[in-house]
Amino acid sequence: MAGKTLYDKLWDSHLVMQNEDGSSLIYIDRQLLHEVTSPQAFEGLRLAGRKPWRVDANLATPDHNVPTTDRAAGIEGIVDPISKIQVQTLDDNCDEFGIVEFKLNDTRQGIVHVIGPEQGATLPGMTIVCGDSHTSTHGAFGALAHGVGTSEVEHVLATQCLVQKKMKNMLVRVDGKVGKGVTAKDIVLAIIGEIGTAGGTGYALEFGGDAIQALSMEGRMTVCNMAIEAGARAGLVAVDETTIEYVKGRPFSPKGDDWEKAVAAWGDLHSDADAVFDSVVVLDGAQIKPQVTWGTSPEMVAAIDAKVPNPTNESDPVKKEGITRALAYMGLTADSAITDIKLDRVFIGSCTNSRIEDMRLAAEIVKGKKVAKTIKQALVVPGSGLVKLQAEKEGLDKIFIEAGLEWREPGCSMCLAMNADKLGQGEHCASTSNRNFEGRQGFGGRTHLVSPAMAAAAAIAGHFVDVREWM
Amino acid sequence: MKAFVTHNGLVAPMDRANIDTDMIIPKQFLKSIKRSGFGPNLFDEMRYLDEGIPGADCSNRPLNKDFVLNQPRYKGASILLARQNFGCGSSREHAPWALDDFGFRAVIAPSFADIFFNNCFKNGILPIVLKDKEVDILFEQNFAKEGYSLQIDLEKQVVTTPSGESFSFEVDPFRKHCLLNGLDDIGLTLEHADSIKAYEAKRQQSAPWLFDGVK
Repeated sequence: MAGKTLYDKLWDSHLVMQNEDGSSLIYIDRQLLHEVTSPQAFEGLRLAGRKPWRVDANLATPDHNVPTTDRAAGIEGIVDPISKIQVQTLDDNCDEFGIVEFKLNDTRQGIVHVIGPEQGATLPGMTIVCGDSHTSTHGAFGALAHGVGTSEVEHVLATQCLVQKKMKNMLVRVDGKVGKGVTAKDIVLAIIGEIGTAGGTGYALEFGGDAIQALSMEGRMTVCNMAIEAGARAGLVAVDETTIEYVKGRPFSPKGDDWEKAVAAWGDLHSDADAVFDSVVVLDGAQIKPQVTWGTSPEMVAAIDAKVPNPTNESDPVKKEGITRALAYMGLTADSAITDIKLDRVFIGSCTNSRIEDMRLAAEIVKGKKVAKTIKQALVVPGSGLVKLQAEKEGLDKIFIEAGLEWREPGCSMCLAMNADKLGQGEHCASTSNRNFEGRQGFGGRTHLVSPAMAAAAAIAGHFVDVREWM
Repeated sequence: MKAFVTHNGLVAPMDRANIDTDMIIPKQFLKSIKRSGFGPNLFDEMRYLDEGIPGADCSNRPLNKDFVLNQPRYKGASILLARQNFGCGSSREHAPWALDDFGFRAVIAPSFADIFFNNCFKNGILPIVLKDKEVDILFEQNFAKEGYSLQIDLEKQVVTTPSGESFSFEVDPFRKHCLLNGLDDIGLTLEHADSIKAYEAKRQQSAPWLFDGVK
């Protein structure tokens, strides 16, 4: 019999029951909650007169709507009345049901996908869900983690389980070593460019190979975060020393004897050598260059030294139409150089790239330089209050401010522009976020997805540059 | 949940791949704490020429006349015909809520994004996967004939065209059962409470740290 993949092992260890109709009941160890996708779930519980199955399996924080400017006034300081109600509703629901919440002015508040790992609420071998598609991030810890809709948020609150159908297994192996200036973000954008935005649909996507194993936990989280942009609900990376080192000593990590037992159990959280995947994709890390998206889907991506594609070279009519439409929306000319794309704003943040390593990398690039005069705004938004504190301890805030970037309070911010941070119509943004969809960062806004290093360099130059030449 | 057994309805064609959830319902409308009222803002950025504001009256907003749902021939459509990877992007259940609130009961496409696909079933909307070629045929027939409607039979798992041509589709038995009967699947899961408790007791022995909890 063939060995098991990491996904198979996580599935098997969480199987409560297998139904005759092919569906399964899967146990969920952790649920993360935020203000946008939870109010209707709590309301559903109330209407049905149900209580949470296991209150302490949940952890909540507001992140999508929160202002990134001064927070001294707390919730009262949220200008948008509808946002204010939503944040207040999360507080009220967590208070009513007894769920631990890091509220707006708690130092531990931040983007759900940053605070889970930071607190040790995300552990290897867990099943983790959240009403947010970027829950795939937590797969970096060898956990089975994926986004769910609000009905399933309610289902997990009420039953601690989900009715699931097993996904297929895909392995994306990135061999070799990436060059200097090429980051986890470039790796995952290159993968999406290779397999497409629906390439991973129906699969749990395990990332492996030397280039993945060489990444820090922050880098692995960046890669798994964008598994969903390749269509895969769940991304995975095997547990190794790097994982265990990161998890050790965090507030909710196991302690004492439990820690020893846990580490022993986590040793099995990798795909067996003889495991069979339904699909295998291999990339050569050495060939990956810094990436920039030019279109309105994450698969519309090119290397920094490439040109904007020409739809006349595409034979598939649906794709050709897609390229034509994307170029019109983005205001770009076919065959123009990626380095000629001029920028209006820069956003460094989001659940993809707002961890301390991202902050350090961006700071290293802008240190002693000035943001180009043509840039209207360059925002740096740390992923959590603790990331912010750490960065300030290292003096990174001063580096950013001296270079002309704005240093903000933690939240999702301009990744999806639910708060006041957004693009104006027609503006181009170098963004370290995860989606370049039409209107994502503001009505008529034009998003280019890049790494923190590329975004920082673009802020200084005013257009895209090959950051490798700056290192 | 609303049951879905059979449905006969007018078809609106969205001839575009990768329709994402940000297009279906833009983020500013996600600030609502309700499940209803999203219909007027379905496809907001494509449907109107100005920027949509939550809570604002949409009846006097300038319409994009080229957008399919603004064309008189598709008024009252309840079946959406689309291309590959429909519903990609975020997990927002506001997307099926908006489709439902607008009046759609089914979406037909060659492929769907996983989370959106799953969310549809929770809201009485049937997402139907047909082969690329079959979807091509439906688009052609739809463009050719005003008032083009389709008959959907979930029990038999077939879509029938006005000329009587039938295309069969797959559907997961559990989801089919819930949709046909309009069942609340939380209630169904709670019938297995003893199995869940037994799993927890066993798991707590082998991995006690998973039950320390967030306190």
